[in-house]
Amino acid sequence: MLRVVDLTVTIGGQSVVEGVSLSLGKREILAVVGESGCGKSITALSILGLQPNAARIANGRIEFDGEDLVAMGESRLRVVRGDRISMIFQEPVISLNPLMPVGVQVAEVLRVHRDVSSREAAREAVEMLRLVGIADPERRAGQFPFELSGGMCQRIMIAAALIARPAVLIADEPTTALDVTIQAQILHLLQRLRDEAGTTILLITHDMGVVAEMADRVAVMYGGRIVETASVDAIFAAPAHPYTRLLLATLPGVTTIRRAPLRTIAGNVPGSGEWPDGCRFRTRCPLADGLCRETPLLTRVSAAHRAACWHTDRAAALA
Amino acid sequence: MDPLLSVRNLCVHYAVRHGGRDGVVQAVDGVSFDLAAGETLAIVGESGCGKSSTAYAILGLERATAGTIEFEGKALGNADERGRSGAMQIVSQDPSAALDPRMRVSDSIAEPLAISGVRPILRRARVAELLELVGLPPSSAARYPGELSGGQRQRVVIARALARSPKLLICDEPVSALDVSIRSQILNLFMRMQSELGFASLFISHDLSVVRHVADRVVVMYLGTIVEEGDVSAVFDAPTHPYTEALISAVPIPNPVAQRTRRKIILAGDPPSPIGDRPGCPFMPRCPIQVERCAASRPPLLGVRSTHRVACFVRTAP
Repeated sequence: MLRVVDLTVTIGGQSVVEGVSLSLGKREILAVVGESGCGKSITALSILGLQPNAARIANGRIEFDGEDLVAMGESRLRVVRGDRISMIFQEPVISLNPLMPVGVQVAEVLRVHRDVSSREAAREAVEMLRLVGIADPERRAGQFPFELSGGMCQRIMIAAALIARPAVLIADEPTTALDVTIQAQILHLLQRLRDEAGTTILLITHDMGVVAEMADRVAVMYGGRIVETASVDAIFAAPAHPYTRLLLATLPGVTTIRRAPLRTIAGNVPGSGEWPDGCRFRTRCPLADGLCRETPLLTRVSAAHRAACWHTDRAAALA
Repeated sequence: MDPLLSVRNLCVHYAVRHGGRDGVVQAVDGVSFDLAAGETLAIVGESGCGKSSTAYAILGLERATAGTIEFEGKALGNADERGRSGAMQIVSQDPSAALDPRMRVSDSIAEPLAISGVRPILRRARVAELLELVGLPPSSAARYPGELSGGQRQRVVIARALARSPKLLICDEPVSALDVSIRSQILNLFMRMQSELGFASLFISHDLSVVRHVADRVVVMYLGTIVEEGDVSAVFDAPTHPYTEALISAVPIPNPVAQRTRRKIILAGDPPSPIGDRPGCPFMPRCPIQVERCAASRPPLLGVRSTHRVACFVRTAP
């Protein structure tokens, strides 16, 4: 459906995303997980050509429907964006136009991409609001973002992203700014979308609980690179990269003994430019040795499981 | 033993104009709880539930409009600086906002000591001691916050909060702004400090797995009121208020196999506006098990076990 091939993005000559490849099948939910500065959001933004001005796609292809989105001009990309592939962001309130009724904002997407009258677009917008679970959609459509809660604004964003029935939805931390009971509603909505409309979803998140709830497959990023990719069950049951393994082990869970010291990962999350040569996790990794000065490539752990580490055979001993 | 902190019928109300009419925001509406010396009490709930307003009223940073706050047996008034200073401190969510970017780490940590009249030579010794305590190298004393990582900055905030050996440390979402791989470092630091220094803590968090790990007791708030209160094991293993049930079930756990088979309760709608009077149960508009009497009056907190209280007519019915 959508393939990212060997994507490298640089900012001021410094690579922030390096050699990232992803592929999404129809109806699949792929979660890209990582911490701040790991390159997950830039990767997602680059798919639609929405990366910040300072960022440059130095290498790679983004294949969609037999076309390369990287090579596509802005005007053609505009046609794809919001129509075939659309995106929702972390902060729904700042992503919406504060001066325009929300129903108009949702309808506008349809007006741009389809040959419909404004009355028809408005009617479809109200239907879409109903579909994403907004009660009393006729009244809500006439309201402005400030009159709605954060959860409702996120639904408006989702409605605008979905009204043109895109094949792919890119969701960048869609529930991070929301309360958990609202998060549960939004995640449930995204699942229904996949099940009922067959939408393919690229989900960007840092929350391992959300990954477990939503994903079919997972790609873990660290330092601008993918360090591990596998099915959701394999990532949680048998993580092969020390970073993935330790990250999961730091989380307090049902089985951890209350008040017992939690597993930690040494050091800090380095920003781009501070990454060591070779494996970028090596300065924080308890398994690191001389070999890790060479960059490990993503290699096969099992059928659909890849990890970029020289010591995957020893990772199991970590936690 | 007398509690360290005793809060009774605390209310924090604000007058606002909303939609052209005067109204009252009932941010905290009749909250009561005790906190024993050395104990960790977590307050959980979603945005707008009043958990931060409760903490700020205790700290004297927000005006209590009714109720009493007793600390070490003495009632604290709204402007009672002396009763609070030094004995209670706060660690807030965002360490970048909590530190003055133009002040060296050593000066930030020494500031509360200077204010309480500690001599410079003793201050320097105490700063060195505190840096070591929170796991920062001595060289960080001369650094500015901008030169430190988020995790290191939160260590500085904790060192400053501990400078005057408080008896109560209020932690308001202390790890929410930190990267996931850094959170466990800070949580471990908090737990180690607490067992070494013995302070009590009011721990405000929306992250239930963190609360379950660090707290002794937990208070669940909804729309300014306490809906459930009890030992961590009681509340998490046998949540009894329908809101607590939904809240716990809504947090996805990092285990895909278990997550697929878990019962999930998805609440409809949003919490209602905290403006204006609500005669009935505040959770009623979203409650899946409501009955007629829930609209008429507010359910009292009743004991369901010796260390577990719940405010729900349905669940506490004999």
